[in-house]
Amino acid sequence: MSRAELNHADSTKPLMEARGLCVTFGRQPVLRDLSLSIPRGQTVAVIGESGCGKTVMLKAIIGLVRPTRGQVLFDGRDLGRLGDRELTRTRIRFGFLFQAAALFDSMSVGQNVGFPLRQHTSKSNDEIHELVIARLIEVGLSEQVIHKKPAELSGGMRKRVGLARALALNPEIMLYDEPTTGLDPIMSDVINELIIRTRERYPVTSIVVTHDMRTAQKVADRVVMLYPLPRIAEDESQVIFDGTPAEIDTAADARVSQFVNGEAGERLMELRAETA
Amino acid sequence: MAATPAPLPGAHQRRGFFGRIGQGIFDWIADLGDLVIDWVVAFVSIATFSLRTFSWLTTRLPRRETLLPNFYNIGVLSLPVVALTGTFIGMVLAVQSYSQFRIFNLETRLGAVINLSLVRELGPVLAATMLAGRVGGAMAAELGTMRVTEQIDALASMGANPIHYLVVPRFLGCLVLIPTLTIMADFMGVFGGAFYSIVMLGIDSHHYWENSRRVVGSFDLFSGVFKSLFFGAAIALTSCHRGFYCDPGAEGVGRAATGAFVHSFVAILVIDLILGIFLDSLYYTLWPDARPFAG
Repeated sequence: MSRAELNHADSTKPLMEARGLCVTFGRQPVLRDLSLSIPRGQTVAVIGESGCGKTVMLKAIIGLVRPTRGQVLFDGRDLGRLGDRELTRTRIRFGFLFQAAALFDSMSVGQNVGFPLRQHTSKSNDEIHELVIARLIEVGLSEQVIHKKPAELSGGMRKRVGLARALALNPEIMLYDEPTTGLDPIMSDVINELIIRTRERYPVTSIVVTHDMRTAQKVADRVVMLYPLPRIAEDESQVIFDGTPAEIDTAADARVSQFVNGEAGERLMELRAETA
Repeated sequence: MAATPAPLPGAHQRRGFFGRIGQGIFDWIADLGDLVIDWVVAFVSIATFSLRTFSWLTTRLPRRETLLPNFYNIGVLSLPVVALTGTFIGMVLAVQSYSQFRIFNLETRLGAVINLSLVRELGPVLAATMLAGRVGGAMAAELGTMRVTEQIDALASMGANPIHYLVVPRFLGCLVLIPTLTIMADFMGVFGGAFYSIVMLGIDSHHYWENSRRVVGSFDLFSGVFKSLFFGAAIALTSCHRGFYCDPGAEGVGRAATGAFVHSFVAILVIDLILGIFLDSLYYTLWPDARPFAG
């Protein structure tokens, strides 16, 4: 089934839905009343400046952070109502690429990529080895890296190994946390290309958290912009933009265009106030 | 002319003597309340963590390839340090007790005192302390680093429960292997004490061992090993809990490692006292006519 068919067939039924999501750490609210619905097959880029709650939202979606209030529905099931074991089983349908890849440093690259397969399938060691090599080749890495430890890899290679590991079990939804942060522009483009190819190869829904506008423009069907809670009004939504990548260039909201164009705006005044 | 210092904020609101005392008492009660709340939260957190560990332990055992490296690290690698500590403690006990016993011409009773102390108290407590220092701190640091670098989140995101994958093998390793470490500490302590007493101090070996045999019974050995099981469980749960909920950054990992040892050690001493009282009562319930140091 092509992506267009997938989008059409399931456009009425979201795969992932956040309803009135609130997350508070101690006395500090990070997300307030956030609602977001993502249909099957869509790639959504969540943008926003550092500290606006993008990563927290991503972790709440997979149940790594428990919402203070509100619901996260995955395929119609409320993750907050699932027990330890059920939540663990549901997470097999997710793939998560962490910001620093979060590879297990006590394991080799091969063991890292093969980890989900060893945990959740009854495949033999030889079959797992074959699959690991296939995944590594998919992300543009050679077979030689299989015995290396994560500490021996460059940042870009680590991200690619992380992606190979996240894709090992053919997830239905891929979550990318700042996939290009800390990488040079060329490696960033390689990662962007891998996100696009993954989407073309598998019928996967993707949420890409980033503050890199080039990534958002290149990989996403839809862009959602979050704004930090301390700088919005009590009754204002934290989502200040929700539209296509083409629409974001002509957004009327000055805060959105400032972010897209990388202009500090009134934040420079804060800097002057601090230095004065 | 010297500038007049700026008044402190709120200095104009002068309180009387009783006002200041009242405020002091109020602050003290508030601090105490915060402390009690922190303790209750910490207790609930570790109790929940322990229950989740037991729940995974009773439903699904970890795989062999996860268990074996932990068993090797906890058991095999701890043996030399436990054996060395046990030997030296046995010898130190002989050195310290000899002069006192010689005053009453009771040197031949040294074996009874050294061996009883080792088997009932020092063996299990020393083995547990060494385990808390060598393994507990390392476990907290390892899990803490995994928390800080999002490796625990990565485990969870791949459908592997971190408690089942990381905590249960370490818990089982401590629980299963601490009795063997305790027996090793006992054995090496008995050997060290006997070596110093018989070879260095020239105490008659027949009387040394005969007095030991009459005083040290199988219940003493059992009580030491029985206590060690609780020590092992406490070390694993405390250390893994500290690592699992480690604060961010290098400082957080360092605090988790130190806290793991300190809290484990306090837990060992508290458990030792409680179980010591319990086992003594059990002993005199089972054998009401038994007298300590009979013979």
